[in-house]
Amino acid sequence: MFLASRNFCCRGIRTCQLRPDFLSRSIKHSASATMPFRHKNTRRIEGLDSNVWVEFTKVAADPSIVNLGQGLPDISPPSYVKEELAKVAAIDRLNQYTRGFGHPSLVKALSQVYERVCGRKIDPFTDILVTVGAYGSLFSTVQALIEEGDEVIIIEPFYDCYEPMVKMAGAKPVFIPLRCKNDGNSASSADWVLDPAELANKFNSKTKAIILNTPHNPIGKVFTREELQVIADLCIKHDTLCISDEVYEWLVYKGNKHIKIATLPGMWERTVTIGSAGKTYSVTGWKLGWSIGPEYLIKHLQVVHQNTLYTCPTPLQEALAQAFWIDYKRMDDPDCYFYSLSRELESKRDRMALLLKEAGLKPVIPDGGYFMIVDVSTLNVDLSDLDEKQPYDYKFVKWMIASKKLSAIPLSAFCGPETKKQFEKYIRFCFIKKDSTLDAAEVILKNWNKQ
Amino acid sequence: ILSLSLQAKMSRPVQARRLEGIDKNIWVEFVKLAATYSKVNLGQGFPDFPAPDFLTEALTRALSGGNHMLHQYTRAFGHPPLVKVLAQFFEKLLGRDLDPMTNVMVTVGAYQALFCCFQALVEEGDEVIIIEPFFDCYEPMVKMAGGTPVFVPLRPNPPKDGKLMSSADWQLDPAELASKFSERTKAIVLNSPNNPLGKVFSCRELGLIAELCVKHDVLCISDEVYEWLVYDGKQHIRIASLQGMWDRTVIVGSAGKTFSATGWKVGWVVGPDRLLQHLRTVHQNSVYHCATIAQEAVAQGFQRELTLYGKPESYFVQLPKELQQKRDWLIQSLNAVGMKPIIPEGTYFLVADISQFKSDVPDVPNSDEPYDYRFTKWMVKNKGLAAIPLSAFYSEAHKNNYTNFIRFCFAKEDATLKAANDILQKWKQEKTS
Repeated sequence: MFLASRNFCCRGIRTCQLRPDFLSRSIKHSASATMPFRHKNTRRIEGLDSNVWVEFTKVAADPSIVNLGQGLPDISPPSYVKEELAKVAAIDRLNQYTRGFGHPSLVKALSQVYERVCGRKIDPFTDILVTVGAYGSLFSTVQALIEEGDEVIIIEPFYDCYEPMVKMAGAKPVFIPLRCKNDGNSASSADWVLDPAELANKFNSKTKAIILNTPHNPIGKVFTREELQVIADLCIKHDTLCISDEVYEWLVYKGNKHIKIATLPGMWERTVTIGSAGKTYSVTGWKLGWSIGPEYLIKHLQVVHQNTLYTCPTPLQEALAQAFWIDYKRMDDPDCYFYSLSRELESKRDRMALLLKEAGLKPVIPDGGYFMIVDVSTLNVDLSDLDEKQPYDYKFVKWMIASKKLSAIPLSAFCGPETKKQFEKYIRFCFIKKDSTLDAAEVILKNWNKQ
Repeated sequence: ILSLSLQAKMSRPVQARRLEGIDKNIWVEFVKLAATYSKVNLGQGFPDFPAPDFLTEALTRALSGGNHMLHQYTRAFGHPPLVKVLAQFFEKLLGRDLDPMTNVMVTVGAYQALFCCFQALVEEGDEVIIIEPFFDCYEPMVKMAGGTPVFVPLRPNPPKDGKLMSSADWQLDPAELASKFSERTKAIVLNSPNNPLGKVFSCRELGLIAELCVKHDVLCISDEVYEWLVYDGKQHIRIASLQGMWDRTVIVGSAGKTFSATGWKVGWVVGPDRLLQHLRTVHQNSVYHCATIAQEAVAQGFQRELTLYGKPESYFVQLPKELQQKRDWLIQSLNAVGMKPIIPEGTYFLVADISQFKSDVPDVPNSDEPYDYRFTKWMVKNKGLAAIPLSAFYSEAHKNNYTNFIRFCFAKEDATLKAANDILQKWKQEKTS
């Protein structure tokens, strides 16, 4: 069947060879043939090629492994979300380009939802940018507003992409760790706090921005109003931007409230707030996110966007808009997915915590998000025979995958070079998993000590 | 309250210098104009006919299949079924073995593929040769990467017999092209079939470019998004298949153009691992993953085309056939009213000389806008017909070189093209009466 095509392309190739005499001439005259290949990577990506996910998603791809590693729901998205996408597939014009900075019906829906949440007017066309996931929003924000000579404060542990993105923009990451209050005995994510004096010391005239992530990945901390005020005061004092990654904004558990730092006095004008459809609707594979902020900041993100990928997929944006309208209308109703998902996840969180405790592990109960970090040092697993160069938690996770068939993510992947020692006894579990997955994890954890 | 918010604003310059000079964008303005005024939109390049059934059915099947993991992250560098079928396809077309994991990467449209190329391979101190007229994003992308664009024009050589020009009559001057290569030249961007002219670079022309790339050890970023849209029995030749070129070429492709679904934003790069590894680094630090379900459906589209390759039912045979008819119709239409079209060998664009319509839009001396910009804005507002000025596809320095040409997109339903014809006929009548 490919005979025809072979002739087709071979005809082209045969008649399109470089003249042999020219080729030998050019080899004689240009040094390039004997020189090593000079086309290396640009400086901006030097050292940014390795990535914890590339390493661990490969290892955990084996279906016999219970995968609690990557933050990937294996529960189904709500049926109306899938149905909206099915409806959209039938509409011709929705298969073609839409507005670059965000599909009109989506930015309008987002502005309505967030106007309600923030208590302020949000212009759908100037104050919002739709991006390829929250990841794309982080990239657009950093590329738009950060450059060589700037410093960016990153709170450890951090979602791993913050550091390479800041570096790719030519800036310097400045780390500050969350520290455990109770002498290392942590029962809750609320035990992990910033030292205000230490934080204040990190700010200087070069500080362009601080990246805030609340609810926090991986610890699950939900920053309180008082904690946010400390950060806000410093931002205002030093005229610094705040990049607020709030992808888990709806996933807060009883007794906690998600507060948007942009709603604090003096902060709207210096904050870009980032959200995610993937985390809001359990559709990580839709890769839609958004940046919301004042026009004079968002316009620069829009310039980056129009020079990087220009527009996001239309059908997914339309379906997402429809899903948002459905939930916007019931934001006073407990059945709204924004609230029902967090209730569902809270019981999974509690189950996960119980299982881990029964196995002799010390989980840190998260106040938000769908991750739980666990201190594995109590198990005293001797891994000294494994690869010396890797931190303890990397070795532990690899050992656990191989011998227990359970995967997680090592916490030192989320730390800067100075703090790896502090966090290498922790690993991160993801609990946005269906019951059968958690059942399988339960079997492994119950049998942990029997080997 | 007002003064409080002014105080709260950042007091120092907030945006990064990499954005300097790249904030303007023709599409932002012209898409808005078309949305506001046009009755017939032959401006922005997208089909107004539906995407093929087999593609939308693939999406529907994926959604109804019960595999809800299609709504979750897939492999970052490309959904396995898609990279596998792309590798299979391009193996045949290029006549070489391809590893789907290292020789192919999926991107958010060809646009993001281009972005990855420039960010991965171009930096301050590098020159990048861009052939004019060019798809407008190349210049700002090179600048954003810190590189210096170096322009070389296609020059029109009108046929002496007074016949309509073809895009083949727009050619590079070999000596002029050679003079643009210096020791700072990092890459040349090739776009064949070319947007906006529709030129399909010939074997000889590609050979010329290839010789210079090999001689100067320069990379080639080959934007081939319109690879299937070639007419009159012409062949699209892939420069990467020329001797000495595979190792230095990144090929960019687009599902949006291949399958008439521009809104899906699925694109790809094909090339040697030692170049693609750097694009992967950029990709994993910028968007990381592309939407899973769109990739799944595009993979199925390619599977279908793999089994039908070369057959009359193949979409890659049917689409150019249909578009050629539309091209010919529009050419006739424009010719009849006195706009002189340049017959495109490929793509779904054509450029026409509007010199005979200049009296409708008086020239304004010392205007900061090139003539064709003013003409197209006047035309969409007063005639309801949207097109794009050719100078949008030229560098700042050369915007006034060709100001009597506008670009039309003919990937439109017959009814749309008829409506365009009606507008043009009426316009001509108004001129003669």
